[in-house]
Amino acid sequence: MQTWWLILSMALITFAVRYSLFAWPNLRFPPLVLQGLHYVPTAVLTAIVVPGMLMPDGEHLALRLDNAYLLAGIGAIVIAAVTRHLLATIGGGFVLFFLLRWAFGQLPL
Amino acid sequence: MTRSQLFAYGLRDSVPMIVGIAPFGIIYGTLASVAGLSLWQALGMSLLVYAGSAQFIAISLLTAGTGAAVILFTTLIVNLRHVLYSASLQPYIAHLPQAWRVPLAFGLTDETFAVVQRRYLAHGAGGHGHWYHAGVALALYLCWISSSLLGVLFGQAMPSLAGWGLDFAMLATFIGIVVPLLRNTPQVAAAVVAGAVAVACHALPYKLGLLAAAMAGIVVGVLLERRVSRPVVGEGA
Repeated sequence: MQTWWLILSMALITFAVRYSLFAWPNLRFPPLVLQGLHYVPTAVLTAIVVPGMLMPDGEHLALRLDNAYLLAGIGAIVIAAVTRHLLATIGGGFVLFFLLRWAFGQLPL
Repeated sequence: MTRSQLFAYGLRDSVPMIVGIAPFGIIYGTLASVAGLSLWQALGMSLLVYAGSAQFIAISLLTAGTGAAVILFTTLIVNLRHVLYSASLQPYIAHLPQAWRVPLAFGLTDETFAVVQRRYLAHGAGGHGHWYHAGVALALYLCWISSSLLGVLFGQAMPSLAGWGLDFAMLATFIGIVVPLLRNTPQVAAAVVAGAVAVACHALPYKLGLLAAAMAGIVVGVLLERRVSRPVVGEGA
């Protein structure tokens, strides 16, 4: 039940954000807000990615060479910078990640 | 062009995006079922929320035992970028009745925006352009639902996938979205600051570190952009 409330609330929030300017066709945001919005994807997504790479357990820094999240993350950044292709980045990063975890003996095989 | 022709063109132009969406949906479904969601819950999230990155994060937060308030707050932060899409498409849908604007807003994902905006920029708003928009939105929605379902079934068949670290898919996805955005100094600075603050503040409760990091990145980006676009004119160092 709790999960369903969570899902419904997430749905409501997501729809409200998307409908915001469709709901009032004449509403305009002040330029400063629009300018700030341009940095939202970069800031939010990076703030999720960097801790995910450096602290895979969510608590401790893991600046180690057996940290597959860090190494494969760096690999994915390189792929993204070179190809600028989303699917290539995901696919390449994923393959690299599993190869590393397999090499490090971190897969439950 | 007739409505049905435009609708069909919308379906056709969605095909390249389907190649990108289907793997996400499959990974999402797998993660969701491995995280303990029932088939209907996992599928219900795709049907009702329909926001890939927010769903990914919600699942990884659920797995980590995070409370609902934090998950909802994170959903809001992660989805804020859709306000930009809403603002960009507003001129093209403003003349439509509410019965059109509501479903089109519901389907306003990153991918739908990418396909539809290209069309609107080239052809403008008039005529039956919204039928093209509807075709794209419907095709990508159905793709998301069906690939989510596939993923759930896959996860149910192989529960041992939990220990594989499939959550890396989310990181790779976000890297693939962010890196191409880093085209100028303010964007790079926003990323560097947000990443550093996120690591420094990771111990704050209620994921406040994420909020602090996002705010810091946005402020730095805007400040730098203003410096760059308004050079010199007697401003002290």
